[in-house]
Amino acid sequence: MLIPCPHCGARPHAEFTYGGDATLRRPADPALASDDEWHEYLYLRTNPAGPHREFWHHTLGCEQWIEVARDTVSHRIDGAAPVGRASERRPR
Amino acid sequence: MTAQRFRAPSGGLIDRARPLRFSFNGRAYTGFAGDTLASALLANGVRRVGRSFKYHRPRGVFGLGAEEPNALVQLGRGARSDPNSKATQIELFDGLVAESQNCWPTVDFDVGSLTGLFSRLMPAGFYYKTFMWPAGSWIAYEKFIRRIVGLGKSPLLPDPDRYEHRHAHCDVLVVGAGPAGLAAALAAGRSGARLIVADEGVRPGGMLLAGREHIGARPAVDWIAEAEAELRTMPEVKLLSRTTVFGYYDHNQLAALERVADHRPARPGEPRQRVWHIHAREVVLATGAHERPLVFGNNDLPGVMLASAASGYVNRYAVRPGRGAVVFTNNDSAYTAALDLASCGVAVQALVDLRADPPAALAERIGAAGIEHLPGAAVLHARGWRTLAGVVVARLDADSKPHGAPRRIACDLLCVSGAWNPAVHLHAQARGRPRFDPDIAAFVPGPSVQDERSAGAARGSFSLADCLAEGGAAGAAAASAAGFAASAELGLIFAPASEMHLAMPRMATMQAASAWSAPQAPGDRRKRFVDLQNDVTDADIALAVREGYRSVEHVKRYTTLGMGTDQGKTSNTLGFAHVAAATGAEIAAVGTTTYRPPYVPVALGALAGMEGGRHFAPNRRTPMHDAHVAAGAVMAQTGVWLRPQGYPRAGENLDDAARREASAVRERVGLVDISTLGKLELFGPDAPAFLERVYINRWRGLKVGRWRYGVMLREDGIVFDDGTTSRIGEAHYFMTVTTGQAPLVTRRLDYWHKVLWPELDLRIVSVTDQWAGVALAGPQSRRVLTRVLDGLDISPGAFPHMAMGTGSIAGIAARVFRISFSGDLAYEIYVPSGHGTLLWQTLITAGSEFGITPYGVDAMNALRIEKGHVAGGELNGRVTPDDLGLGGMIRPEGDFIGRRSLARPGLNDPGRWQLVGLAPEDGRTSIPPGAKIVADRTDRYIGEVTSTSWSPTLGMPIGLGLISAGRSRHAERLLAVSPLVGQKVPVIVRGPMVFDPEGKRLHA
Repeated sequence: MLIPCPHCGARPHAEFTYGGDATLRRPADPALASDDEWHEYLYLRTNPAGPHREFWHHTLGCEQWIEVARDTVSHRIDGAAPVGRASERRPR
Repeated sequence: MTAQRFRAPSGGLIDRARPLRFSFNGRAYTGFAGDTLASALLANGVRRVGRSFKYHRPRGVFGLGAEEPNALVQLGRGARSDPNSKATQIELFDGLVAESQNCWPTVDFDVGSLTGLFSRLMPAGFYYKTFMWPAGSWIAYEKFIRRIVGLGKSPLLPDPDRYEHRHAHCDVLVVGAGPAGLAAALAAGRSGARLIVADEGVRPGGMLLAGREHIGARPAVDWIAEAEAELRTMPEVKLLSRTTVFGYYDHNQLAALERVADHRPARPGEPRQRVWHIHAREVVLATGAHERPLVFGNNDLPGVMLASAASGYVNRYAVRPGRGAVVFTNNDSAYTAALDLASCGVAVQALVDLRADPPAALAERIGAAGIEHLPGAAVLHARGWRTLAGVVVARLDADSKPHGAPRRIACDLLCVSGAWNPAVHLHAQARGRPRFDPDIAAFVPGPSVQDERSAGAARGSFSLADCLAEGGAAGAAAASAAGFAASAELGLIFAPASEMHLAMPRMATMQAASAWSAPQAPGDRRKRFVDLQNDVTDADIALAVREGYRSVEHVKRYTTLGMGTDQGKTSNTLGFAHVAAATGAEIAAVGTTTYRPPYVPVALGALAGMEGGRHFAPNRRTPMHDAHVAAGAVMAQTGVWLRPQGYPRAGENLDDAARREASAVRERVGLVDISTLGKLELFGPDAPAFLERVYINRWRGLKVGRWRYGVMLREDGIVFDDGTTSRIGEAHYFMTVTTGQAPLVTRRLDYWHKVLWPELDLRIVSVTDQWAGVALAGPQSRRVLTRVLDGLDISPGAFPHMAMGTGSIAGIAARVFRISFSGDLAYEIYVPSGHGTLLWQTLITAGSEFGITPYGVDAMNALRIEKGHVAGGELNGRVTPDDLGLGGMIRPEGDFIGRRSLARPGLNDPGRWQLVGLAPEDGRTSIPPGAKIVADRTDRYIGEVTSTSWSPTLGMPIGLGLISAGRSRHAERLLAVSPLVGQKVPVIVRGPMVFDPEGKRLHA
């Protein structure tokens, strides 16, 4: 599978480390989260069969975290973008 | 020895000018260049090649190529020996040595065939119901079973060969260079697209090499040569022979195995095999089709073979596979085989066709060749002892039951054809869903998910004209899709061949039983094999269904149908049809089992490529590596790093060295290389806020020139890592993390920063490789450092424990931290890594008058263990800060990663395993590493030993461990047991800190 790193171009997925669901939202104040809410954040995932937004870390490349839109059934990748403040910059 | 009695005097694509000598089961034979081992054995009249997997029945050559289920041999001797090699795919070379497998003493007289007497006790799945009584006896059964199962023998010597991997990118990949593949290659190549053609054969041509077709007015062999010549003139075309594409992965990536030097010695620098990783924009699958057999009694005797294989041996290798033949079929293609055999001098006695009225044109040709035609009949069973001697044939009535008296026909060759299976494996691996085509009674490709298309027999089109046309169209379509202007018109003038070509078999009915097998008389106990390699009979499949295994995936695993080295190429579809018949379903609904790579067996060595042995993982060395080696260090692998384990002197082993080195630190001063620690620089005004979010303790109050110990948790509350973080400047911090976790922690810190808190004004830079570091430890360490350090006052008042500062040593800028992992007065000193060796030498020189001793990781562990400092063994992914006795570090308020999880009841259970120190009760016996802790007389373990060493302070072995409610068990006597080494050591529990509990040495 080739992942289109916004900094490095299309690279084999063996260069990357998977980083999980990108739609997770850490509770703003975990101290106020109920046990169920916290448990859900820690362990429960939608795990959809279809389009999925997820993080990958380009460990053997630019070492940046990127967000990838991948279909979990067909493995088709629809795009990738940097995360964090780097997303304000244009990829080369 | 009459040489090659079964070789026809002329014909074939072999090179009679180059005879080759080979040995099989110790006997010498001759063949010709161009032979496979199978064709050469057949030419020499060798009929028994091996013994079957379970019943040890004699078996001979059955097929022509990768579909071969029977003729598996042990190829070669010694380190290069290759078990389970298909004789049909071994290219004959001079000096080849091969032996039968799974038989003793010989393939002709095999003691293992006695299991055949017990075959009624060994149906499919028998081992799920046996070997269980009496309880506990499995260990004894296992020793015996291990010796008799399996086929070939794996060599036990290291593999002396090299294997390479190569990556290739192309616009079009054509898999297969038969007629469809070559046509596709011509169409794609002529468009200028970058093309790779991969074919498993020694030379291109596919099944054309096994037949006598004509393309246009010329023999197919000439057309192949012209096509190959044209392709070789194209600069963007790569033709790979002896290359099997074995896997189709995501994003049109495929893997192929090129057998570079299996058939000859490797030239200097050449690998034995090469794995290709091919990234193709478009793929054409011209993978052909496999003939499948029919099911009838004793259909596994040597002498029974696929009809296309028989005609292949005749046409390509000029071998008569027998003297007298019968052909048994349910489709048109076997008629070609019958005529091929007859033209080569084999006496074809009869052609038996399951169909009541096959095409008249075929019947005429058969009659004209003097072959008796028996339509609407079946071979009920084959006869012979250890080899085929004849068949029993009967006519069938409208209900497909035998009627009239059965007839015996003597023959030593029985050619079977039960129709053809398109090779849809790669299409299915590419997530295509094969569908059943009732017209040809086989599975054909379904809609494609990836950018691939099939052509020719792989698509279910069996006429040569169709193969060429589809190939051209597919090649052109692929090239067009990749952006090249291509034409499907290849300029082939195709006149109807004077010979019959591979015609499409048409079934009148699709009743599973009648088209796939001969009827079985009630009470007939002869075995009717579906999967020859794994000895799976039709009765086994019926048994599996009776026992409730109704899906093909369950039947496969229960009976082992299709699980051999041939992966069911000749047996799977037959088996699915039997499942359909047994469950009363349509075979289209029954479906197939999942196709997975590899398509053919691939050696693990080939998959490993160059990344074996020392190259399995990168070797990381510290800047001072050479200095350690020069000083006599024994280097040990810690993760990917090489670190000195110790510096043994003459007459010392590593244990002696560790004791001497650790004692030297306690008594005087020692020096250890700590460059492997993970290091990060943090810059920015939000750095302290970030530290408080990732560490459990307070950081905002840390002053410039001070450091603190920090513990980092995972979000589930478990300790993730620990280390020291210093404040170097106003908005500049320096963090260390453990050696083993450094890449993981760096990645996770970056995730927390970039994903959770991108608003923080912070930069994190990994500098593990940029700084060389040492720890100078022991009561004399200050005096040594004062000798060489400039620009920093490290007198006790100016530089207390937990201070840090910058200075220079031998003119190099240095960061100095008063940090003590060992528990003694100690300093950690970092310089830019290029100067690591200079730092090391400078300190060794300055310390020599104080008796400075370099020490390795064994001594380092001995020192930290008696100080009660935790490291990798204790940070085992299951402990909380409180478990380690660090609960007091948790600051009262403010969120940090993992804080919310610490409130979970499970992480606050009083029975949790807590950090303790351990000492042997007798004061002498070493505690076995990794031992479990049990209370006397119970066998439930309540803890484990996490670190062990010899304590220089106490002069005896000690350890650290985690024990349930450990902190309340001090002074208890427990047992450390290690079944692995068979030891039980009584131990006493106490606090983890043995050395300097008041910290006097630390604060000296």
